[in-house]
Amino acid sequence: MAMNPMEQFEVRPIVPLHIGPYDLSFTNQSLFMCLVVAVVTLFLTLAMSRRRLVPSRTQSMAEISYEFVANMIHSTMGEDGLVFFPFVFAIFMFVLLSNFLGLLPGAFTVTSQIAVTFALASVVILTMVITGFIKHGVRFLTLFVPKAPWYLLLLLVPIEIISFLTRPVSLSVRLFANMLAGHTLLAVFAGFVILLGAAGGVLSVISIAPMLLIVAIFALEMLVAFLQAYVFAILTCIYLNEALHLHDQH
Amino acid sequence: MELAAAKMIGAGLACFALAGAGIGIGLVFGSYLQGALRNPGAAASQTANMFLGFALCEATGLFGLVVAFMILFM
Repeated sequence: MAMNPMEQFEVRPIVPLHIGPYDLSFTNQSLFMCLVVAVVTLFLTLAMSRRRLVPSRTQSMAEISYEFVANMIHSTMGEDGLVFFPFVFAIFMFVLLSNFLGLLPGAFTVTSQIAVTFALASVVILTMVITGFIKHGVRFLTLFVPKAPWYLLLLLVPIEIISFLTRPVSLSVRLFANMLAGHTLLAVFAGFVILLGAAGGVLSVISIAPMLLIVAIFALEMLVAFLQAYVFAILTCIYLNEALHLHDQH
Repeated sequence: MELAAAKMIGAGLACFALAGAGIGIGLVFGSYLQGALRNPGAAASQTANMFLGFALCEATGLFGLVVAFMILFM
């Protein structure tokens, strides 16, 4: 029985569409991205449609997610960072929901594609650069010059520039690698269970052990799914804070 | 040596990234517990930072996985 743990990440076209040299097919990836956006939109609008002073359960879920992101922005960027609330909230909800929807059996994980995460990360970094130049003009470039004696600056400025350039890469690869590794791990262990279970005799009984392990790993994956969305959002906040306030704290 | 074998060995060597991730995660949780047991009052306010550190550490190990995939499939 040949099982490929990487098969779940395959992008398959649902509605093929080729315009000129470009492949614009509607794939299972696009389907799940639409699904994620639809779920987030429906959840937030439905939860807040019947507003009450004493919130119902769904309403308080929506309020908790709002306050969570608002607190995150407040603690990293301060009061004037709240202009970025819609941006950070959209990114957080999108990443969170795609991570969680991907955990459903048979679902496609949108964030396990480097194309998606790198696009998100580039949008974040571009927003940061554009905000920085609008707010500070050329002074934004002092971001690369920390307060240090001049002979250290010879070393520090290249390091700062390199670390700035690796930001979109590390931001996107972190999310993508976490999702890829987690789902591959689950698929590999599921393969163990099937192989052991089909072997018959004592081995079938032993197959309960990896089965239980899958449950534990799944719980870890749910933690990771939330944590990676949180990390993505808070790093977005930290980067935007640098664009807003350069080196001085808020 | 054959290219395929060299690729396999290289991908296997990339697993050493896990050592760093293991040390890092151990340090994060160990230091958190040390701090939390000394000052339990401040512990709750720092759990978010602990999980941030955990996620950052774990991601470093996963970069090794990406390197392994790049060696194997590129």
